[in-house]
Amino acid sequence: MKRRSFLQTTAAGTLTLFFGRSARSAPIEPTRPGAYPEDFNAFLKISADGRVGCFVGKTEIGQGAMTVLAMLVAEELELDPAQVDMLMGDTDLCPWDLPTGGSLTMWQTAPVLRGAAAEARAVLLGMAAKALGAPVSDLALKDGAIWVKAAPSRRTTFGELVKGRKLERHLGKVKPKPLADCTLIGRPAPRKDALAKVTGAAKYAGDLRLPGTLHACILRPPAHGLALATADTKAAERIPGVRIVRDGAFLAVVHPQPDGAREALALVKGAFEGTEPDVDDGRIFQHLVDKAAPGQRVVSSRGDLAVGEKRAATVVEAEYRNAYESHATLEPHTCVAKWEGGRMTLWASTQSPFVLREAVAEALKLGPDKVRVIAQFVGGGFGGKLVGPSAIEAARIARQVPGVPIQVGWNREEDLFLDGYRPAAVVKLRSGLDAARGAITFWDCLMAGVTPNEAEFPYEMQATRYQAPAVANLHPLKTGAWRAPNAHTHAFAREGQLDALAAKAGVDPVTLRRRLITDARVLRLLDLAVETFGWEPAPGPTGKGIGLACGAWRQGFVVALAQVAVDKTTGKVQVARVLEAVDVGLVVNPDGARQQVEGAITMGIGQALSEEIRFKGGRILDRNFDTYLLPRFSAIPRIQVVFADTPGMATQGIGEPPVVPVAAALANAVFDATGARVTHVPFTPERVLEALKRVPVPSA
Amino acid sequence: MDAHVSFTLNGKPVTVTSPRDRALVWVLRDELGLTGTKVGCEAGLCGACTVLVGQEAVRSCTTPLGDVAGKAVLTIEGLAVDGKLNPVQEAFKDHHAFQCGYCTSGMILTAWAFLKQKPKASRAEIVEAMEGNLCRCGAHVRILDAVESAGQALGGAR
Repeated sequence: MKRRSFLQTTAAGTLTLFFGRSARSAPIEPTRPGAYPEDFNAFLKISADGRVGCFVGKTEIGQGAMTVLAMLVAEELELDPAQVDMLMGDTDLCPWDLPTGGSLTMWQTAPVLRGAAAEARAVLLGMAAKALGAPVSDLALKDGAIWVKAAPSRRTTFGELVKGRKLERHLGKVKPKPLADCTLIGRPAPRKDALAKVTGAAKYAGDLRLPGTLHACILRPPAHGLALATADTKAAERIPGVRIVRDGAFLAVVHPQPDGAREALALVKGAFEGTEPDVDDGRIFQHLVDKAAPGQRVVSSRGDLAVGEKRAATVVEAEYRNAYESHATLEPHTCVAKWEGGRMTLWASTQSPFVLREAVAEALKLGPDKVRVIAQFVGGGFGGKLVGPSAIEAARIARQVPGVPIQVGWNREEDLFLDGYRPAAVVKLRSGLDAARGAITFWDCLMAGVTPNEAEFPYEMQATRYQAPAVANLHPLKTGAWRAPNAHTHAFAREGQLDALAAKAGVDPVTLRRRLITDARVLRLLDLAVETFGWEPAPGPTGKGIGLACGAWRQGFVVALAQVAVDKTTGKVQVARVLEAVDVGLVVNPDGARQQVEGAITMGIGQALSEEIRFKGGRILDRNFDTYLLPRFSAIPRIQVVFADTPGMATQGIGEPPVVPVAAALANAVFDATGARVTHVPFTPERVLEALKRVPVPSA
Repeated sequence: MDAHVSFTLNGKPVTVTSPRDRALVWVLRDELGLTGTKVGCEAGLCGACTVLVGQEAVRSCTTPLGDVAGKAVLTIEGLAVDGKLNPVQEAFKDHHAFQCGYCTSGMILTAWAFLKQKPKASRAEIVEAMEGNLCRCGAHVRILDAVESAGQALGGAR
């Protein structure tokens, strides 16, 4: 829908704020030229009933965006966040936006939204000044009412001001309130989605009940690398209500009931052709290294490695690995699509309504204006729903069944099979520490399976070299963005390596980092973590089982401290306690931010200890939660979260940073407990036992 | 083969015409429109589809419709009475014991079935009672806090 038609459907009695040319310098910028539509981008709409509608192209994936964005609008307009209606992720109604990922919402969207609300405040105050015959400086504003301070009976409301009018404003240069005047920012807010979620009323894509909906199940190959050649659908077609939709190698069975579609699909006999990759979860690391070897290129280097090596008194060389890991959102990928009047409408579980719109348009060779995505509550994302492949499937089917809503809801096996995993990776490190134990003299890093992004941390290093494969993709399986992509892989290697250097040189891990950290914010954060934890560090292994690691995601920093107990007969690691000190600049909703950190620590525990996609050729062996092991309640430690107080710094986003150092801190804690260094994520009981076997027996 | 199966759903009698071996979760969601009960694994491994049958928390994805004939089924939609939240719902809301919310119905019903039997449960007993329910967002600590405080609200103050 173009701006004109939006305005036609917008009733009189509204103030609509557009994001115009003057705001071109605002933090949101299109990643592609021309992607930011000038003609349609209303952020706020104030209706004659006084309600404030906020339109944002982000989605609520559980991270609390709905709540924190409403807080920002309410802050500027002096409302209760409950008075702000959030309309999220509808590509016809919301301004274009980037994906809900990369911790971008608070970093990029929030300042723009605050600016729009500040503008609305100025416009409303200006209108009230006229209506009440008093200068703006004499007016007060609260809960949708504006009155003359000295004569409170001279008052008006947002609703009265916009009644019968249709106003449009473009964002100018009105500044948001100074922090000192804010009453909502910095205080915990009740979640706007709480009531809907505890009563079962919250609607996810699979919960829509559009009349006449048909459910589709898609015939999957048994392995990656294979595609459907021929299919025998006779038995399935004998079931009443079944319809087969075929498009090349794509075959879907459609039925009025979701379980009916599943049963009918089971009757389809498919023959598949193609070549499976010749690799498995054991050989994957050598595969990555071998494939990377011919084209290694230096992506960054500084200083002279040979000189650094000569200066080193302690040298450690190690290889760090991590397995493929699934997003495993509890809600599997789901979408409902309907093709009607030459337009495709999708009710989707997606992190990126606008990216999905483009993807569907491209897949179906439609203009993007012929596709509308309406995001629903999303049952977990973590990068796994950055686009929404089930939506493209639903659209392909719906295109062939005009007027009929088609629901595609993957089952768990499909979700684990078709996920774009966290890439398996190998990071080889060789590095040295000087005799004074205060400087890294050289740091040589060779990686495969992971990109160099987020490899470095503000540590002083005299000579560095980072090498990565020139080959773009070495992976036999589909990979994707997994909450803080690359950063946890590099943090696991880097922080483990530092811990190993510290232990070998006989210096404690905190002292070593204090000497290396070059950023005052990070130094303060380290002190905050150590003090809050109540830890007197000593050279490891101390037997106490305490591990430290630092992590970063862009300008968000985290210091993690973990305490574990290791059962040396079974190899089982039980996490007793995790503390994270977090600096992400200004924290708008402390409770929401805390939830993100708690969740990230929990996710990090699963990543560190149990989550791994096992595969043989193109076959994914983990098909459900009986073998793909998410952390359960008994694995959850005491969790402490402390935020550095840096209100002067812009909000950096909180989704990714806290997951980054968790596995590293746990591995270092395992070392401190046992003297065994685990270098392979996840460090399952078997891998811990192997590591324990490698610990040298002290000579008598 | 369709059968007429009668049971009590959230306090009201219903009769469903559906195969007796059809999983209860599909009947609830698809025939009866109660979509608060979620589908997560279809194999009784995640607990998102948990409902109460009588006093017991069961996995509706592995419970055949025929098994609930003549029994009382309680779903998340039936937990609040006259618009007043159940103490477990109240505690989950106050503690923000969820993020994406997809596991929440199952968590609340599992906790409710447990607390009805044992409001004075220890933290360790709560962990054991909730162990079969998966949460991917990592709301675990808050869920345990919520269950503990709901137990206290139910008269189980220790």
